Amino acid sequence: MPADSDTARARTHGGALLASELRVLFRRWRTWAMLAALASIPVLMAVVVRLSSEPPGPGEGPPFLDQVTNNGMFVAITALVLTTPLFLPLTVAVVSGDTIAGEASLGTLRYLLVAPAGRVRLLLVKYLSTVAFCLAASGTVLLTGWVIGAVLFGTGEATLLSGDTIGVGDAVVRSLLVGAHVTICMLGLAAVGLFISTLTDAGVGAMAAVAVLTIVAQVLGQLDQLAWLHPWLFTHHWLAFADLLREPVVWTSFTENALLQAGYVAFFGALAHGRFGTKDVLS
Amino acid sequence: MSETATAADEADPHAADLAIATTGLTKRFGHQIAVNAIDLAVPRGSVFGFLGPNGSGKTTTIRVLLGLAAATSGNARLLGNDVPTELAEALPRVGALIEGPAFYPFLSGADNLRRLDSADARADPATRDARVARALDRVGLTHAARKRARAYSLGMKQRLGIAAALLTPRDLLVLDEPTNGLDPQGTREVRSLIRAVAAEGTTVFVSSHLLAEVEQICTHAAVMHVGSLVAQGSLDDLRGTGARVVRVETPDGDRTVAEFARLGLDAAQAGPALRPRAGEVVVEAPLPDDGPAAEDLVAALVAAGVRVRGFDVARPSLEDRFVALTGEGFDVAR
Repeated sequence: MPADSDTARARTHGGALLASELRVLFRRWRTWAMLAALASIPVLMAVVVRLSSEPPGPGEGPPFLDQVTNNGMFVAITALVLTTPLFLPLTVAVVSGDTIAGEASLGTLRYLLVAPAGRVRLLLVKYLSTVAFCLAASGTVLLTGWVIGAVLFGTGEATLLSGDTIGVGDAVVRSLLVGAHVTICMLGLAAVGLFISTLTDAGVGAMAAVAVLTIVAQVLGQLDQLAWLHPWLFTHHWLAFADLLREPVVWTSFTENALLQAGYVAFFGALAHGRFGTKDVLS
Repeated sequence: MSETATAADEADPHAADLAIATTGLTKRFGHQIAVNAIDLAVPRGSVFGFLGPNGSGKTTTIRVLLGLAAATSGNARLLGNDVPTELAEALPRVGALIEGPAFYPFLSGADNLRRLDSADARADPATRDARVARALDRVGLTHAARKRARAYSLGMKQRLGIAAALLTPRDLLVLDEPTNGLDPQGTREVRSLIRAVAAEGTTVFVSSHLLAEVEQICTHAAVMHVGSLVAQGSLDDLRGTGARVVRVETPDGDRTVAEFARLGLDAAQAGPALRPRAGEVVVEAPLPDDGPAAEDLVAALVAAGVRVRGFDVARPSLEDRFVALTGEGFDVAR
């Protein structure tokens, strides 16, 4: 074989698979249905608050609900608080549980591997696309929250937990911070989902297992007898964004959470690699 | 141990001429042996029929060769590259259809091909659309390119799977049961496609449980039977190993057997004729290469008063050979 044809063959286009993966993810009806369902949360919440005769009093309902009427920007933050324990992780469970198991049950996994996609490359691409979904999911809640809040309640001043009053620009920054925290919270779960997805050829089974794990972790987090375990649960900091709404911002739980999630990503990423790297693909 | 070493030594000098070469390749699932120490030698440029009844280990062998499953023991080389350590070198030059086609039902046929093509890091995105269009054209699916794969018929999916295997110029095409689900017309199209691909110099490795479907296009074949390779070689080699057989259709069965016995042939009544007329039977006898000439046999029978209604000397068909090797018909699983 001539040398120049060798070099031509050696030129690779490794990013093409990620682009293709994102296209496939965001062309699925299912993905848009989940994003639409997420978007409905801030809309529902804002409309209900708007239509009720009395504004919610302090401490009533979900956190910051009383702030919503003062500053529409808080619709986004409250909606994030509402979706984080269940709804958001459910959608992440669907996407992450489907990564490898979904391809296996379609039968496309064997064709991707002989293409050859490369097992490590495929895992990486699958994880990155799940991260993209996490971003899209929390971004959807934020964006619809901002829009519906601004439309129904306008953009007045709002009071932070520390008692300080902030304007629109600051409120946008604060809700972006909360969105970033929530997204990071989902990264560990996404890695757990990726690993579980390598264990089975049934996509639905993997999704269900990830969803159940989310619930179990939160239930364990409620049991005081297991206090020693709590800092290690991936759900531990999920609702710990109050510190981001103080003046000045207290970063402790934000960074602790980021470190914990990074640990989960490393650990379950390694497990997924160990499992998928040697697995017989018989689907 | 010494046996494996000899086999490997023997295989090595020819390794460059072989598209697929395995020595002692074995795959176990628990206690069950799916593939039992097979030594496969697929010459480059051949159209190689990988035959055997369903469940004889063909697909498992293909999965191991393509790196989807790890061999329990033994070695395999694909296009001269070790499996699995050097597979990344070989796979871009291999197109494959494995255990039926599989697609994303919500993507169009063309988008499915683009997706698979982008999984190959060496496939040039600049030429992707043109290559996808050409692959679809080759299998006659241009009209359905924008239709979702969900709406494809089984035959169309099969052809789309073959199109995926032809996305880039390949040195080796591995087709596992490529005519499954195809009507006779589709089967004929696949055969002519295989001929066309082979004419370009691509080695084609085609597995099937239906001998008749590949017999016409193969230059070589191997036969699997419960995980073991029971025969392999060129079609002529495989046919040639069977002795000639003389067949007589006659109402005078006993007299034929007696006359053949007098001529030194070990004859036996093989049951009624295919479309028996009254009292007609078929007498068969193996005919050694140094045995009497056919015309002398007819003359002797007629002289003995045997009413000869049909007379035939033939080598056993490939199908007879394979039935003898595997102990069952190829169509049993249909």
